[in-house]
Order: sequence, then structure tokens, then C-alpha cells
Amino acid sequence: MRKNLPVHTILIASALAMVAPFIWQIITSLKSLSSATSVPPSLLPEGRWDNYSKVFQVLPFGHQFLNTVLMAGLRTIGQVLFCSMAAYAFARLRFPGRNVLFGILLSVLMVPPQLFIIPQYQIMSSLGWLNSLQALVVPGLFSAFGVFLMRQFFLGLPKELEEAAAIDGAGPVRIYWSIVLPLARPGLVALALLVLLWSWNDLFWPLVVNTDPDKMTLSAGLASLQGQFQTDYPVLMAGSLLASLPIIAIFTLLQRQFIQGIATTGTKG
Amino acid sequence: MRRPGSVKEALWGYAFIAPTGLGIAIFYLWPVLQTAYFSLTEWGAFGGHTWTGIDNYRRLGSDPEVGRALVNTLSYTGLGLLSIPLAIGFAVLLNRKGMRFVGLYRTLFFLPVVTMPVAIAMVWRWLYNGDYGLINYLLSLIGIDGPNWVADPATALYALVVVGIWASVGYNLIIFLAGLQAIPKEYYEAAAIDGAGTWRQFFHVTLPLLSPTAFFVSVVSVIGSLQLFDLVYVMAGAGAGARANPAFPRLETVVQLFYDRAFVTNDRGYAAAIVMMLLLLIVVLTAIQFRFQKRWVHYA
Repeated sequence: MRKNLPVHTILIASALAMVAPFIWQIITSLKSLSSATSVPPSLLPEGRWDNYSKVFQVLPFGHQFLNTVLMAGLRTIGQVLFCSMAAYAFARLRFPGRNVLFGILLSVLMVPPQLFIIPQYQIMSSLGWLNSLQALVVPGLFSAFGVFLMRQFFLGLPKELEEAAAIDGAGPVRIYWSIVLPLARPGLVALALLVLLWSWNDLFWPLVVNTDPDKMTLSAGLASLQGQFQTDYPVLMAGSLLASLPIIAIFTLLQRQFIQGIATTGTKG
Repeated sequence: MRRPGSVKEALWGYAFIAPTGLGIAIFYLWPVLQTAYFSLTEWGAFGGHTWTGIDNYRRLGSDPEVGRALVNTLSYTGLGLLSIPLAIGFAVLLNRKGMRFVGLYRTLFFLPVVTMPVAIAMVWRWLYNGDYGLINYLLSLIGIDGPNWVADPATALYALVVVGIWASVGYNLIIFLAGLQAIPKEYYEAAAIDGAGTWRQFFHVTLPLLSPTAFFVSVVSVIGSLQLFDLVYVMAGAGAGARANPAFPRLETVVQLFYDRAFVTNDRGYAAAIVMMLLLLIVVLTAIQFRFQKRWVHYA
């Protein structure tokens, strides 16, 4: 510690800059509106916990929380299953057209997501799915990125166990389910965490498809509060804290797996 | 042994890729083609559309709002690259021999990466508030009268860049830290034997060996920055209300403009042309980066 003192000084100051906005958010969330807007501001929190219950009055927060949990959860389960299935086929099974199909998949990876949105919206609209859970979930069940990530992971697994199982007469389904998936657990967890994070924090798609406040996700619901009549900053701070806390908690707990996921894929959504 | 290329294996292959294959075809591949087609049409009030050829693209060229959005997006993207040297600096500090609390620092830097962008934008809007914001209060202590950061055309874009860098530096830091840990210790030992000090080692060993990582981060950051939406949507004042913000002309990005045309004014043909332009921009800027990588990227 002593040897690296100057280094720690720089890092502590920078780390403080990273967390200061969160600390100010917490302090503000516990103030009354009048003390939050007093000049000079008081740097201490007050015990205004009712700001947190007010969040549930200005927004259908419970509904939006549930919508977000369901959207993120179902997308995660769907992608982990579907992407790992496709990735297993691309990594290990031989079939005509495999390389062409994988090439097409890679090309999807390079297209910015905004190019999909108008037609996806049209599909949702013509199915009568606007303002529904399906609209939030369904397009997010499929992902070229997930297939790519899982395939890279599967290619790195030793083949011997699979070959031994094949000699014992196990078919592809059995090999995928009872050998490949258990071996690939770290990769599956990394993908799951990334999908969970992106889905929880996603704004554009939920904003577009679900405009009924009861059907919105937390991100869209919070954004809709911004700029309304008079902004009650303490309540906004409480709401944005409640909305981001679950995902922050999950990632603080599972940091190692998540960081491994990013470091190995190095790819952002 | 499995028979190579047996019919049964092939059928299972197709079965395994079927769900994702169909989903991608319906929700991703077909939409790209449709967007390209929509960009050549004009939309009526009730969803019908008529073929107009390249009219929308002509309109792009003479639309001052498009020009403005392009300038804003490119400025944001360029300035946002400052996140890279910052992240390299922090990664090098954290990677020093015998450093303690690395995990704790990493967590603190990483917090903004996992926090909901809408929440981040709200917190910063509050910090930037001209009358009651913490930043202007701290500035007033040293006698500076701070502006209305995100509502002042002179400062709005820079205020946004600061948030963008703050939010992304932790992500880049993780990637650079992984890159640093992949550099063999022997290189530093050899450099030390040759009498190279800390700075020489940094410039002659660390930086060159980190350049492939920096190239990757730069490509990904540029693509990400060009698609900026969430932060600016909330910081500008959200949706249609944002137009009341006097700094709106300095904050509007290409994707924001796309959102407005596609889902607020329902001018979907034009919106499709706007995202086609975004695609072109991404392709061109990525190609330029690949072209110039020979000048500065060293592969070991």
C-alpha cells in the first residue's frame, strides 16, 4: 500500500468520481423537494423514505417492474436455449450449407439494430401484439450474437467426451443435453448475464412497442416521467435507484462471471 | 465413430438451428431488406406507402436537421474516444505489481456500465441542473457561475460527452486489463535488463502490445457511439418534450432523429432512409479504421 501511495491517490479520487453521482442520487432520494432545491444545497440526507412509496403513485411501478422481470427473464431463457442449440450444430454437426448459413448469421451481427425496428414494429402491429408481453419478449428470443458467442465457446471444449458418448451410441440430442451443456456452463452463464443486462436496461424497443403505462418496462416508464409538469427530483432519484438496483445487485454478486464474459467476448450490445 | 456427414446427423443439424434460424430470418434478415425497400417509399397517414425512388435520399442531403444530427453524432463519437486513453491509464495502474484492492476499484469503475442508462441520464441531469445542481454548487464555491449545462447550446454536447465517457470507461478498462494480463512478463524483464525505465517500458512494450486491444475497443466504441440514443433521449428532456430544450439542436443525434420520424411523426419512409444512412456511416468509419490499422496496430 505505502509503495503505491501516489497510485492509490489517483485511483481513489477517480473511483470517487465514478460513485459520487450514485451517492448524490441516494442523498437526494431521501430529501424533501424543498430541501433538494434549496440553495446552497445540504450535503446530508434526510429520512424522507416516503419518496420511495411516491414512486408507486406516480407510476404503475409494480406492473412495470414485473414487465421488466418477465421480459428480461424470458429473453434470457430463450436465448440461452436457442442460441446454444444452434451453436452446437454449427460447432459440431455436419450438414450441407452449414458454412453459408453461418456466414449469413455473421452478416446479421454487423447490421445496426435500428435497421430492424420499423419492420419488427409492423410485425407486432399486424399480429395485434402492441402493448403486450409478447412484443417485449419475442424478437429478443433470437440472437446472432448469442450463437456466435456460444459457438466460439463450444469450439474451445475438448471433443473427447462427446466422441466417447457417440461410440456408446448417444445421439446428438443426448450429447448436447448431457455432455455439452454441463461442460459449457461458464459460457452459458456469461451469455445469460449479458442478455439479462441488455434486456433490463433496453429503452428503444420497449418505448416503441408498449405505450400503455401499465405495459411499459421500467426504463420506458421512468423516461416518461422526465419532463412532465414539474419534475420532482427526489422522487425521480428514488425511482431510478429502485429500477437499476436489481441489476446492479446481480452484477455485483456475479462479477467474476460477467467480467470473464466481457473480457473473452469483448463485445457490447 | 460417427459416420461423417450422415443423413441423420444433417437432419439433427437443421433441427438444432431451426428455432434461431427462423427467428433470425423473420425478425432480422427480412426486416433489413424491408427497411431498404421502405427507404424508397413515402408513407401516408394511415400506414399505406407509395414508391418514390430516391426522393428520401435527396431529402436527406438538403435537410438541415439531418446535417445537424450528423455533426452532433460525429462530434460525440470523436470526443468519446477520449475514454480509450483514460481506460488504458487506469488499467495500467491497476495492473501494477503488488496492487491491492484491485477488485474493489474494478467494481466501482464498473458500476456505471451495468446501471440502466435512463437512470444514469436522470442522475446526471440532476447534477447538471443550472439552479440546484451539485456541479454548479461546487463551482460556486470557487467563484464560478456555472451554465445550465444540458440546456445551454454552448455546453450541452460536452456535458453529454462527459457522461458518455464516465459510463463507458469501466467497460473499456476491463478489456484493457485482460489485454495487459496477456502480455508475457518476459518482455518487461528483457526491457528492464536493457535498462528501460517505467516510461520507456510503457511506450515500447505495453502500448505496442496493447494496440490490437485498443483497435478492437476503438472499432466497437465508434459503432456504439454512432448509435447513441438512451442517454441523450432522457438528458435532452425525453421525446417530443425535448424540442422545448434550447440546446436541442446541439443534442439531437441520428438515432434520435430516426426515432422521431419513425414513431412520432410517422414519416417511416424517410426514417428508413435515415437508418440506411447510419448503416453507411458505420460501414465507412469501420472500413477507414481497418484501413489505417497498419499504421499503428502491432500484432505480436
